[in-house]
Amino acid sequence: MLVISMQIVNEKESDLLEVIQTGFPLSPRPFQDIGHAIGLSESEVIAILKGLSERGVIKRIGVVVRHRELGFKANAMVVWNVPDDLVPQKGKLIGEMEFVNLCYLRRRSLPRWPYNLYCMIHGRQRSEVLDNIAKLEAHCGMEDIAKEVLFSQRRYKQQGAHYFATKPSQSQTI
Amino acid sequence: MKDDPHLGLSAIEWQLLNAFQHDFPLVAEPYKEIGRQLGISEDEVLQQLQHLHECGMVSRVGCVLRNGALGVSTLAAMEVAPDDIDRVADIVNSFSEVNHNYERENTLNLWFVVTARSNERLVEILAEIESKSGSPVLMLPMEANFHINLGFPIH
Repeated sequence: MLVISMQIVNEKESDLLEVIQTGFPLSPRPFQDIGHAIGLSESEVIAILKGLSERGVIKRIGVVVRHRELGFKANAMVVWNVPDDLVPQKGKLIGEMEFVNLCYLRRRSLPRWPYNLYCMIHGRQRSEVLDNIAKLEAHCGMEDIAKEVLFSQRRYKQQGAHYFATKPSQSQTI
Repeated sequence: MKDDPHLGLSAIEWQLLNAFQHDFPLVAEPYKEIGRQLGISEDEVLQQLQHLHECGMVSRVGCVLRNGALGVSTLAAMEVAPDDIDRVADIVNSFSEVNHNYERENTLNLWFVVTARSNERLVEILAEIESKSGSPVLMLPMEANFHINLGFPIH
């Protein structure tokens, strides 16, 4: 079974997160339009978004870009098999590097997949990404730790997480 | 401030893409506020964002949730024969709970993220993918996050 913390959100918060999972409307009063759809006032919508941000349920609010369309066509997922007792130290060091986009500890899937520490590095070219991986290994003392570099090939899907079964779309949401 | 030579973006587009990845104004008229900060009209902000969305550079204007904050999710990987990967990728994509799905350079060559309301639903989706594709799925759930997401700086 999975061990993942479930954060409790109340019904109003859940309704709101459901209607905005595909984005805010591009309209002059987006929060009023969102509220309309779920029976909340504009100020309630804004207050709930602020509350969810303060509690860390929402990490950030803003423009979500697609890296490939912005010219960052080289995308590597780098995975290491880091001894468990070194994970907190190495994870912190990797997560602080400015060119690293994500850094996660994941459960190993033995015997097939022994790797547990993952990071994502995007670049305009493969050589740039490989240079950054070498820099990362030197900076974080990772040279002797077994790793694999998995560049992405075809992208079959990229969208925001859909936590809820998709309902008929809101007008003009993006 | 100058136009981006790589993408042919105007200075305004570049700022919309870079400066508003976090701290989107939580006010009644957010696009007017963004326009005020950039010295352009609300209409222009809306038109530019619509354009950036249509050309695919902007996926959406909205919220990024903390991984695991709501529902359950996992990264998953499969080893698929190269001449069968389109078929299996279609099976994976047929679930609306799959939000990322990439081919990667490895013997494990299909990598995707599934996010569902419940653990039961998550397990059910992975089992369905296994049975429809005929290949096993490795489940690689996150146990800790070491990165603070401040968006994607475009240099």
